[in-house]
Amino acid sequence: MTVPQDLRYTKEDEWVRVEDGEAAVGITAYAQDQLGDIVYVEFPEVGDSFDQDEAFGEVESVKATAELYMPLAGEVIAVNEELEDTPELINQDPYGAWMIRIRIDDPGQVDALLDAEQYGRYLSERE
Amino acid sequence: MTPPLIFELSRSGRCAATLPELDVPPAELPVELLRDDLPLPEVSELDLVRHYTRLSQLNYGIDIGYYPLGSCTMKYNPKINEEMARLPGFVHLHPYQEEETVQGALYLIYSLQTFLAEIGGFAGVSLQPAAGAHGELTGVLMMRAYHLQQGDTGRNVILVPDSAHGTNPATTSMSGMTVVEIPSDGRGNVDMAALQAACQEHGPRLVGMMLTNPNTLGLFDENVAAISELVHRHGGLMYGDGANMNALLGIARPGDLGFDVLHYNLHKTFGTPHGGGGPGSGPVGASARLVDFLPRPIVAVDEARSSDGEMFFAWRDPPQSIGRVKAFYGHFGVMVRAYTYIRMLGAPGLRRVAEHAVLNANYLLSQVRGVYPIPYDRVCMHEFVCEGQVADAPDVRALDISKRLIDYGFHPPTNYFPLIVHEALMIEPTETESKETLDAFAAALRQIAEEARSDPDLLLQAPRQAPLRRLDEVRAAKELRLRWEEQGQELL
Repeated sequence: MTVPQDLRYTKEDEWVRVEDGEAAVGITAYAQDQLGDIVYVEFPEVGDSFDQDEAFGEVESVKATAELYMPLAGEVIAVNEELEDTPELINQDPYGAWMIRIRIDDPGQVDALLDAEQYGRYLSERE
Repeated sequence: MTPPLIFELSRSGRCAATLPELDVPPAELPVELLRDDLPLPEVSELDLVRHYTRLSQLNYGIDIGYYPLGSCTMKYNPKINEEMARLPGFVHLHPYQEEETVQGALYLIYSLQTFLAEIGGFAGVSLQPAAGAHGELTGVLMMRAYHLQQGDTGRNVILVPDSAHGTNPATTSMSGMTVVEIPSDGRGNVDMAALQAACQEHGPRLVGMMLTNPNTLGLFDENVAAISELVHRHGGLMYGDGANMNALLGIARPGDLGFDVLHYNLHKTFGTPHGGGGPGSGPVGASARLVDFLPRPIVAVDEARSSDGEMFFAWRDPPQSIGRVKAFYGHFGVMVRAYTYIRMLGAPGLRRVAEHAVLNANYLLSQVRGVYPIPYDRVCMHEFVCEGQVADAPDVRALDISKRLIDYGFHPPTNYFPLIVHEALMIEPTETESKETLDAFAAALRQIAEEARSDPDLLLQAPRQAPLRRLDEVRAAKELRLRWEEQGQELL
């Protein structure tokens, strides 16, 4: 399972791409593989604010519905509307199919996220 | 082979019904409500009969074959239940009848309330909720009402284990409360350290905990007494999901295990029809602490109107009732069936139900062990969960094994639930199956594992014997079409 070096990760299997106080958030290759074919994503509204670890949306596959958790506290500044009609992009390109972009409240929280090596180790522990 | 839709059989001018001649003046309908066309199918009586008979032959049910759908308790529903529910005295009742004229029906409701209270170890029962999840909502609203009545207005957190039925967190959200998920430990029990931490963190905001025991892994949570003690110590209440009561009948009572409120599934445990054959029924039992909050009305003995040992039954509103949760009195026909089921078995028979349900599940588990991985391998209760994976067959998943079982004439088990098991197959044999059926099912599972290694396409392309082959679940979920449309023309 691929784990790109330039991203940060959570134990809830979200990835985070941090850029200038903002972050794009999606789910990892492992997460989409576990869920199977994804058929629906429920997004928050742009402008909504969430605490770290708070559920910001849901992803639904033919097998299960899973909550999406905020890797970092922040305000939603964009949602990937392309996924509304083509949620299968998450299966096809999990690290390209970002779900939301947020403005990060506390940059200090970024340091506590897993790096690629740590997340990779976490995945192999679960296999 | 897909049979045509009834709309596709339609030919203008055909009619399957013969109406009697009008012998009253026709009523004038408001002109603005009239229209020229009504796009209903026009078919002959014979076309109609053949169409629905054919559809009924495509149906799969417990009367056709084995149905090991985990967590659903697809036991045989004895036909005498149907006979009793069809007695004219029950069929022709009207809910607005005076109590004096429906004493038999009220006696049946009262008796069923009493039986269920005894079976569950509760102070009282309401039969109103329409099905399991409705019972959950009722129970959670009762817990909320209890706290509010105590003047305790700051409670809004409900603890739910990660092995729970999806309806538990859904119920919690629907009643406006917040779910806090509690992980399971290595034995499949609630993780006590995590529970302790959650109780400490959320103590003053704790409404209670929703727990299924046995849980969805088919395992009896060995710490249930400690869990109940801990939650109660933090001011919370214990909600019991009675989906798995079939394992406990006559052996353990949820009320004695510390639960304050529990819903029963008459359509699972008490032999009433299920799924499309429903409706369901989800009575709620309550401990002394919550009994006054039961939804109204319930049936009680009216002492003032009773005489000479002749009891008079009347509707009563529990004093702190959360109110009505259902029009009229719940699903009465289902109550008649469940009452019949209990009376036919009696107390010793109910206990044998649980004993044989557990025995059958453990027998089947012993036959599957070594064929498919069992992640929480200990003595199970009425069901067990294995992983739908075969070593040396990496492409094969639980879904493929499920579909292949259809070719062997079996209904697939529940799959991909509980979520904490990878590629889960959740198998519940129930007590009503013979050893021969269990052996045939185990043989099919072994054969399928063999096929997975020797010819995985048999699984990946299954089912081959069903009227339809593998369905496109993604498209079905994304492009849900529930109404027939002709040439893009939407109906009505």
